[in-house]
Amino acid sequence: MLLGLSALSFIVIFGIFILAWRRDRSRKVRLRLFLIGGGLVFPLVLLTIATVYGVALGERITGARTSPSLTVEARAERWHWQFTRQTGRGSVTRPNVLHIPAGRTVEVIVTSSDVIHSFWVPRLAGKIDAIPGMRNRILLRADIPGRYNGVCAEFCGTGHTAMNFSVVAHDADGWAAHDKDVLP
Amino acid sequence: MKALRLHAELDAVWRTPRTWKGILTNVNHSDLGLRFMIAATVYFAIGGVLAMLIRAQLATPRSAFVGPEIFNQLFTMHGSLMMFMFAIPFFEGLAMYMLPKLLGSRDLAFPRLSAFGWWCYLFGGFILIVAMVLGLAPDGGWFMYTPLASKTYTPGINADVWLLGITFVEISAVCASIELTVSILKLRAPGMSLGRMPIFAWYILVTALMMVIGFPPLILASTLLEVERAFGWPFFDPTRGGHPLLWQHLFWLFGHPEVYIIFLPAAGVVSTVLPVMVRHPLIGYGWVVGSILALGFFSFGLWVHHMFATGIPHLALAFFSAASALVAVPTVVQIFAWLATMWAGRPQMRLPMLYISGFFFIFLLGGLTGVMLAMVPFNWQVHDTAFVTAHLHYVLIGGFIFPMMAGLYYWLPRLTGRMSHPLLGRLGFWLTFVGFNLTFLVMHLTGLLGMPRRVYTYDAGMGWDWPNLISSLGSFVLTIGFAAALIDIVLAVAFGRRSPRNPWRASTLEWALPTPVPSYNLASLPQVETSDPLDRRHDLAAALAVGDGYLGRVRSGLRETTGVAIASGRLSEIVVLPGNSWLPIVTAAVTGCFFLAMLFGFYWLAPVALIAVIVLAWHWAGSLGSRADLGPIDAGRGERAPAHHEMKEAPGWWGSVFALTADATFFMSLLFGYAFLATVAPGWPPPSLVEPSLLAGGTLVAATLLAWWAERAGFAAMQAGMARRARLGLGIALAAVTVALAALIAFGWLGLPSPRIHAYGAVVWVLVAYGGVHLVIALVMLAFVWRRLLQGYVSPARLLEPRIANLWLRYAVVANLIMLVVVSLPGIASWRW
Repeated sequence: MLLGLSALSFIVIFGIFILAWRRDRSRKVRLRLFLIGGGLVFPLVLLTIATVYGVALGERITGARTSPSLTVEARAERWHWQFTRQTGRGSVTRPNVLHIPAGRTVEVIVTSSDVIHSFWVPRLAGKIDAIPGMRNRILLRADIPGRYNGVCAEFCGTGHTAMNFSVVAHDADGWAAHDKDVLP
Repeated sequence: MKALRLHAELDAVWRTPRTWKGILTNVNHSDLGLRFMIAATVYFAIGGVLAMLIRAQLATPRSAFVGPEIFNQLFTMHGSLMMFMFAIPFFEGLAMYMLPKLLGSRDLAFPRLSAFGWWCYLFGGFILIVAMVLGLAPDGGWFMYTPLASKTYTPGINADVWLLGITFVEISAVCASIELTVSILKLRAPGMSLGRMPIFAWYILVTALMMVIGFPPLILASTLLEVERAFGWPFFDPTRGGHPLLWQHLFWLFGHPEVYIIFLPAAGVVSTVLPVMVRHPLIGYGWVVGSILALGFFSFGLWVHHMFATGIPHLALAFFSAASALVAVPTVVQIFAWLATMWAGRPQMRLPMLYISGFFFIFLLGGLTGVMLAMVPFNWQVHDTAFVTAHLHYVLIGGFIFPMMAGLYYWLPRLTGRMSHPLLGRLGFWLTFVGFNLTFLVMHLTGLLGMPRRVYTYDAGMGWDWPNLISSLGSFVLTIGFAAALIDIVLAVAFGRRSPRNPWRASTLEWALPTPVPSYNLASLPQVETSDPLDRRHDLAAALAVGDGYLGRVRSGLRETTGVAIASGRLSEIVVLPGNSWLPIVTAAVTGCFFLAMLFGFYWLAPVALIAVIVLAWHWAGSLGSRADLGPIDAGRGERAPAHHEMKEAPGWWGSVFALTADATFFMSLLFGYAFLATVAPGWPPPSLVEPSLLAGGTLVAATLLAWWAERAGFAAMQAGMARRARLGLGIALAAVTVALAALIAFGWLGLPSPRIHAYGAVVWVLVAYGGVHLVIALVMLAFVWRRLLQGYVSPARLLEPRIANLWLRYAVVANLIMLVVVSLPGIASWRW
């Protein structure tokens, strides 16, 4: 979508630029066509389409109306992650591996104990910053069970490069087994 | 013969001797502009070498070339040098060099300020470079996000080097912005109305105004962070009522306009050079002016798009997303104005046009990825990945360096009197163009494949190996291209063929100057009647050289140029400019002592340096002016105009207006920070509020109002020529400001909580300090006017200095009253005597 609009804009503008070099063309400039048509109408139409599309998509991703099936807290600390899950029988904290059920929407509350980090699992969702003093929220959903790599996406000092984690999405049986495993 | 005699007379007044003393005291805009450009190019080369080291490290997975400590310094310094030490100073230098020539003036409005800015830039750069050589360079990213840059997580001197070194350089940028704004508005050739100005001057005017408003938030942020680091005032510490995002808001409030501050001068070069290359005047001049004004305005409403992933509610993000998309429109208007001009003309592929073509290709792609990044969901995916690195290099190299190269080659005959060799220049272009796209086109893909920014290494098998290797190879081709262009220019300067006076047959005034450029630019200043003064006036240069224009003479050894009414460009005054001086370099050195004292923790030395700056500023202002009313003086061409100190709205007055605009932006950013912390930061309300002392606060109000009134009465007496009553009024105002200052100190002492416990206390103390600083400024200014009155520099006709003091006093009064209200209100319930 975005790529298509961009390609179109590039072809139009650079096309005119190339055509301007031809010697056998009329030199009459229709001022309105160039300045109002090209300068105002052309970008406004394309930008409106892109912006409306972007905002609608953003609303869907932030999912104000979806209720997550599970909430976990991700706490960043130089240079690792702690994932905490509240259960009926107390809280469970595990470093650097986040277990989630596949096919269900999971809410991750992201915060930090020291500097700003950013929680990012490229194949599952966009990123959200982990900021000390703030509790940010992001929704994850892995339809296919498996292991997904995550990284810290905000520069946080010398250990930034190595501040990786992984998300393990379990199928229904695996999730039940995992539950039995971790809960006291 | 007449031309030679005139040249000798003018040169005797304007010349700078070629000695050490001459180099250190020089205030000539051509020399300083060249110095800025050369120094900026040196920093570009240093920044480029750092980029090479980064690319060498990232060429292969698990490379052991540098570790994370060094790598972090490398990318921090690369970004900081390119932004603050290269891009801004380079276009400042070009603008300083070109503007007076384009506008038909002999110098900029405040020559000593140009020189002061130059020395601040040079000394500030030394701090950064020395730190880098010692391995103590900043390592928190060029954006210096808190809390990473706070004392807890960066205990060393590295962050202080950035905060103090960059702020020192910012002083230079703010000086240049005021200088350029006033020069464009006031110092033009008579007859050059705003609508006849060369389009480049419009671009620089908007850029300079954006700098006046854009830099204060960053200076405030750096000041607050340095105060937090040095004295433990917790502005950004979430455990004590601060908020890390305050830094990001202030930083990007500067940082986003900064992108346009860098782009606009380059677009100005395109709008200047392209019409000459296609042999047709720019189509849509008014549209272009309108679009750059819109661009300048909108660019202040988009800073949040750098913060899409910080957890701001989606609805707010949608607003900033739409604004970020909308800002593309004025740029597209300019692009179509250029296309229309090309369409109407006959494009010729000379070297400057080749660079402009490169600009079209690269900048267009960068702009399109920019629109993509403005879309929130896409941004969440690629934010802080190599995709953004690729995007910003497309915008900055495509949108700044390519047009600047076009400008450099276009003005090379103007700068050096020589032409470059066509082959080597073209080779340089193609290597740069191919190398650039090889490096950064691939980097988009690397980012989409998930490679984050600012990682010093990566594992094999992520799919990042090949793209990184290609980028690294491309970057070396790019560097070779830049080196070829540099060698070409150096060769042209040394051995190039001599160029005719107007090799491109352009129509702007800079091509009417002889080569080498005389110290005074033009032997007499033209009457401008069209927007293309050189069009069909091939005799103009010769006529000006023999003194047929304005001011074709020397009056009592003074440096003179024409001042005009802002809109109409009618001759309004003769501006007398100061000559060479030691003050700029000495003041810059003393300012440097202040920054070094802060850097090394000699806090007792800092106030000493500030007092020395005040003393120097006193001398600075005191060395101008006149003790006699001259009335209208002969300006040539049968017209007469008064000297500028007999004018109400002289350049100096406008300079103060824009300095106060910058100052007010600083104050508003501070108030924004206060409101932001109070509403967003955790840990509010604070443990203890201000207990405003009614007596101290009341005295402050009464004393400032009395000062306002007494200064007004004194000014009226000066207008009426009643020196005694004027002294009485000034005396009362002086006493009242002193009392106000004492009351302010008492107010703070009695009622304010400690600044170290909670961000609230820290912010109210900064507000009180802001009020105090302005009372001190008002005090010094009033004392200065008092002294000038005694010495006979003030008369009913010569009221420039009292008028400037009046501006600053009134600003101080208003700022103090606002400060008092916002500081007192939250704790008003617990007031005390």
